[in-house]
Amino acid sequence: MSERDIEVGVFAVLMAVVLVLGFGAARWRRPENPHTLEEWGVGGRAFGNWAIWFLIGGSMYSAYTFIAVPALTYGIGAIGFFAVPFAIITTPLTFVFTTRAWSVARRHGFLTHSEFAAARFGSPGLGALVAVTGILATMPYVAVQLLSLQAVLRTVGFGGEWPLLAAVTVVSVCTFRSGLRAPALLSVVKDALMAWMLLTALLVVAMYGGWDRTFRVAGEHFAATPSRIDGLLLPDTGHLGFLTLIIGSALAVFAYPHALVGMLAAKDRATVRRNAAALPVYCMALAVMALLGFFALSRGVKPVDGDLNTVIPQLIHSHFPGWSAGIAYAALTVAALIPAAVMSIAAANAFTRSLFRPYLQPNASPATEARVSRWVSLVVKFGAAALILAVDPAYSVDLQLIGGVVILQTIPATFLGLVTGWFHRAALISGLIAGLGVGVAMLYSIPKLDATGRVVAEHFGGSSWPLGNGTTVYVGMVALFVNLAVAALATVMLKAAGVPGGLDATRPDDYLADAGDAKLKRLDELIDGLPRRRAEPPAYVGRARLLSGAVGEQSLRAPRERA
Amino acid sequence: MSRHWQWLLILPAVAPLLTPYANRIEPTVLGVPFFFWYQFACALFAIVVISVVHVATREDDHE
Repeated sequence: MSERDIEVGVFAVLMAVVLVLGFGAARWRRPENPHTLEEWGVGGRAFGNWAIWFLIGGSMYSAYTFIAVPALTYGIGAIGFFAVPFAIITTPLTFVFTTRAWSVARRHGFLTHSEFAAARFGSPGLGALVAVTGILATMPYVAVQLLSLQAVLRTVGFGGEWPLLAAVTVVSVCTFRSGLRAPALLSVVKDALMAWMLLTALLVVAMYGGWDRTFRVAGEHFAATPSRIDGLLLPDTGHLGFLTLIIGSALAVFAYPHALVGMLAAKDRATVRRNAAALPVYCMALAVMALLGFFALSRGVKPVDGDLNTVIPQLIHSHFPGWSAGIAYAALTVAALIPAAVMSIAAANAFTRSLFRPYLQPNASPATEARVSRWVSLVVKFGAAALILAVDPAYSVDLQLIGGVVILQTIPATFLGLVTGWFHRAALISGLIAGLGVGVAMLYSIPKLDATGRVVAEHFGGSSWPLGNGTTVYVGMVALFVNLAVAALATVMLKAAGVPGGLDATRPDDYLADAGDAKLKRLDELIDGLPRRRAEPPAYVGRARLLSGAVGEQSLRAPRERA
Repeated sequence: MSRHWQWLLILPAVAPLLTPYANRIEPTVLGVPFFFWYQFACALFAIVVISVVHVATREDDHE
């Protein structure tokens, strides 16, 4: 058997194991009633520390990250490393904001940002707008996962369209059947494979002269290129662009629909918090991957057809022993399929809860919701596959870039909404639309330059807006700034004019609720207009409840007209 | 009030952003320039600080 046979053999065996696990995941901690959106979409909100940690790692640190970030450091050096500081600052933010999001979602039965925005600002229209924005931004994100997958499959020797479609079909079947349980279980497998891949990579680096040689050779390479922005360090004019990109990306992470899905599956607040503390471990794994871009450069690894996404698969093929290469390919493949699954579930939930239920079928039963989400998740995945098969792959990367700027515009309604209900619903809608307009217009007018500064394409050439003298700023942050300014100004004006805002369906103590809470899903029933029951005597009364004296208050509240 | 512990979280949120100061080669660790290993250090620092805040605020989970 040749090295190549071993590589492909190990890869094929591992993928078969993954398929069996994904399909069998439906049986894992099987609930009594599996046909509700809560069970299918967020695993019954019952996952513990380990399951959540793997699931978050599996959905946030995707194949696209593991392939695109080293491709960036390979291509431009230090600037490509932005992903690492960005990943690190998300962890303290997660500790504070995701915990609040978890509590309010738990008490009201939310599955998505869009539902939260609708309840917080009393506006189903705002919720629908956030849902649509989220779905639009998620599609190209799924597509770049599939592109990474294609880059790996191509290197293994499965070129063409059929292997990709086969992989998408496999993950679709698993998700359709098992919901969030499939990616959660596969995340454990992925991390084991990924750990092996990183260990092998570090040994390989040590074998070929270590990091000393890597950075010496890479430094010489960058010094010899005509480009002024690449190098082992940031250029003097690069700091503003670098920092705005980090902050913008970190905020965007919280706005993507799939960011919430993994955390909502947690069984209590402590699980969310412990996870936030452990997530920087993934940042270090990502940092090692990013450094591998320099290693590939120093070893003279050449991408296939100039596609930088193939740098890491090529490095694995040329430097890893055959069986380890098979493991690494499997790790990257699963790392592409898991986020694709979680993202499609999140987009499907957003559609079901913020568009289908409020506007199409207000009386949808939980079983109907689950069925709708199942089918929509299929549409999202195959839509993403169609996107990369039908249009030029380079173009779907551009779409992903636009997606990042687009999703940032939901920050005032969702992320800021977690700490303040001050904004007016109409102001938030105008801000969102203004931000989208400015962001997309700026992206459209950025030309694509090659290494020497020559214009190779007129539009959508990147997300760095040139300010002259080489300084750039991340478009997403500019658009978010416009968005916030419009939202704040309009809020002040609307309030001065006495235009009534929406009724905030959440209360301060909702953001602190924990598992065992007696009032879970209280407002879910109110909003749905289901027959209201008198609250049962709480079996467990949290301290927050006692302090705020809110026990039994819901039975005194009259059902309110919703805007 | 244990909620004051949360202010500590500003440190790991700001440390990775100090790249204008971290933008140098020396000192290297195992051949890795400062700019890069500084971020590894920030990740470890985040683990420590978030764990401390979690433990300190665990008793009364009131933010």
